Amino acid sequence: MATKPQTLVDKDYQYGFRDQTDTYSFKARKGIDHDIVEQISQMKHEPQWMRDFRHRSLDIFLSKPLPPWADLEALDQINFADIYYYMRASDVEGKTWEEVPADIKRTFDRLGIPEAERKFLGGVTAQYDSEVVYHSIRKDLEKLGVLFSDMDTALREHEDIVREHFATVIPPADNKFSALNSAVWSGGSFIWVPKGVHVDVPLQAYFRINAESMGQFERTLIIAEPGSFVHYIEGCTAPTYSSNSLHSAVVELIAKEGAHIRYTTIQNWYKNIYNLVTKRALAQKNAHVEWVDGNIGSRLTMKYPSVYMVGEGARGDVLSIAYASEGQHQDAGSKMVHAAPNTSSIITSKSVSKGGGRTTYRGLVKVYEGCDGVKSNVRCDALLMDPESRSDTYPTMEIDSRNVRIEHEATVSKVGEEQLFYVMSRGLTEVEATTMIVNGFFEPFVKELPMEYAVELNRLIALEMEGSVG
Amino acid sequence: MAEKLLEIRDLHVSVGDREIIRGVNLSVDRGSVHALMGPNGSGKSTLSLALMGHPKYTITKGDITFKGQGIIGMPPNERALLGMFLGFQYPAAVPGVSVANFLRNALMARHKGAAPLTPAKFKKLLDEGIAKLKMDPAVLGRYVNDGFSGGEKKRLEILQAFVLQPELEILDETDSGLDIDALRIIAEGIEAQRGPERAILLITHYQRILNYLKPDVVHVMVRGKIVKEGGPELAHQLEAQGYDPLIRELVEA
Repeated sequence: MATKPQTLVDKDYQYGFRDQTDTYSFKARKGIDHDIVEQISQMKHEPQWMRDFRHRSLDIFLSKPLPPWADLEALDQINFADIYYYMRASDVEGKTWEEVPADIKRTFDRLGIPEAERKFLGGVTAQYDSEVVYHSIRKDLEKLGVLFSDMDTALREHEDIVREHFATVIPPADNKFSALNSAVWSGGSFIWVPKGVHVDVPLQAYFRINAESMGQFERTLIIAEPGSFVHYIEGCTAPTYSSNSLHSAVVELIAKEGAHIRYTTIQNWYKNIYNLVTKRALAQKNAHVEWVDGNIGSRLTMKYPSVYMVGEGARGDVLSIAYASEGQHQDAGSKMVHAAPNTSSIITSKSVSKGGGRTTYRGLVKVYEGCDGVKSNVRCDALLMDPESRSDTYPTMEIDSRNVRIEHEATVSKVGEEQLFYVMSRGLTEVEATTMIVNGFFEPFVKELPMEYAVELNRLIALEMEGSVG
Repeated sequence: MAEKLLEIRDLHVSVGDREIIRGVNLSVDRGSVHALMGPNGSGKSTLSLALMGHPKYTITKGDITFKGQGIIGMPPNERALLGMFLGFQYPAAVPGVSVANFLRNALMARHKGAAPLTPAKFKKLLDEGIAKLKMDPAVLGRYVNDGFSGGEKKRLEILQAFVLQPELEILDETDSGLDIDALRIIAEGIEAQRGPERAILLITHYQRILNYLKPDVVHVMVRGKIVKEGGPELAHQLEAQGYDPLIRELVEA
């Protein structure tokens, strides 16, 4: 049962197809400076305050060093001067599927987007490089007053709501990549759910990087007014190119009193995408925020979905999985900040490393002084498929209150010879048995997904196993 | 004459540098029940794992044929598809995989090319097995062997045999660690599997399961060799006298 070292098998990345880029309606030159930022803002006809915000953010980006604790060996590979920061494939945003340009439509057809929308979604936006190319929302949700659009449209049509909440959860100075996103952001989703409204079907955004050396910097803002509920899903893919692309999003969630937001991500980037994303939620009194976060692809992912619990009784949950194969590093985790009494959080992190892949769990639980009755439970499980693979855990606890209950548990296990033999002795091949064991390991995550996504994820894992077991 | 289902000839098995099985000959006819007995450490479990193709056990000499086909070097899944089944002494847990899902996958592997059972028929088969082994139906939704008691694990092994219907069942100490009621239920479950199409090789340390499950042939293994063979009366003799006289005989010889 010897396991062959894994090679980068492009045939296994089913989203590796690409479209021509010479037909694009606009392409900013490579590199980043104030001129580029000005150009982006002008093209979007933005108000002065946003333009100023972008320039301020660029200064912060240029002056801020890379985080010293990060995987600098990988991060140093990013040549910020060699990236396109803004590209527009088409000048129209389709409201109906027919309005979307044919080649882009074909891409999303292949990704199954319109089909998924018909089946079980309440609304979809599809972003292609820098701009959203298709957008729709179910009529009944629109009637209830739910706002769901791309971020640029929201800035034009609901400037007051945007201005009140934008960058209040993640300021540009938070980190180098949130500063970069703040300077050059384009697209992303905007959702506003009125008081007491339950959006009973998921809303979805799909992010596709098409051009080579492209930077995608979407900006997502979700506001759930008191007592409301919304489930938002994002999916991500990119074509197979030899040079790296960068995805650096900022996602801000605001759950007001008693509101509930669930945010599900399945990212399956190609293996040379740098995925450096800042995701943070604010949970007010009795609000509940859940991040369900699946990281399969990319060269390096750095992502720590966070919940700042600022009102009594608020709750934050993060359930994340990461899969790293050869040449990949999934550096993921979570931050739970308890800034009010009787708040509670659960972090569940599961990672699989294979063929020399590397996973890191990086987490913080912080309890401010005077916050009694706080409960937090952190659990990270790592599964190593072979001796070449690596997993590290960096849990940090800053507890400044006495009356709290904090639990932390971490395990690292290996796919054992005994386990594999047991499953194979029932008639499954080595690939089938390994797939079953890995799927089982991810099961607590998969069962939180809508069925269509669960099936897709199981299939993805099967493909990964086939590519690497000999 | 009955068909020879399993034939082991002059088998030598090592783990690392250590030889554990030292020249075993054993043959099992279709339709028969054999008991392989012996003291702890005599090599019984090694033999069962080697028969199923565990990669840790190296066959240094000898031959194993199943249905007339040499199986040395064959991966465990292919042995399973040929009709072999091992009931493990220490079954591994598979967290996150439900018993029902596990069995469905195992059954599907077996039906490659042919149509597998319909969901309704599959459920009926599971329900039957569960009733026979007096298991809690909730077991189907639990993860395979994850947090199972010793007795639950043993029942699950027999349930798997019931669902997969192998031609040869090698049961490695399926009776160990069971209370008397559980032993009886499991023994009856195995007895129900007995039939002209199947052979059972029951590996056990104690005679007590043989009160419920009468073997046709009893083999005694000591220090990696079969030292004695006989009918059911041999098991009783061992129960009365223990393994010591046999071992002494061996040392003196």
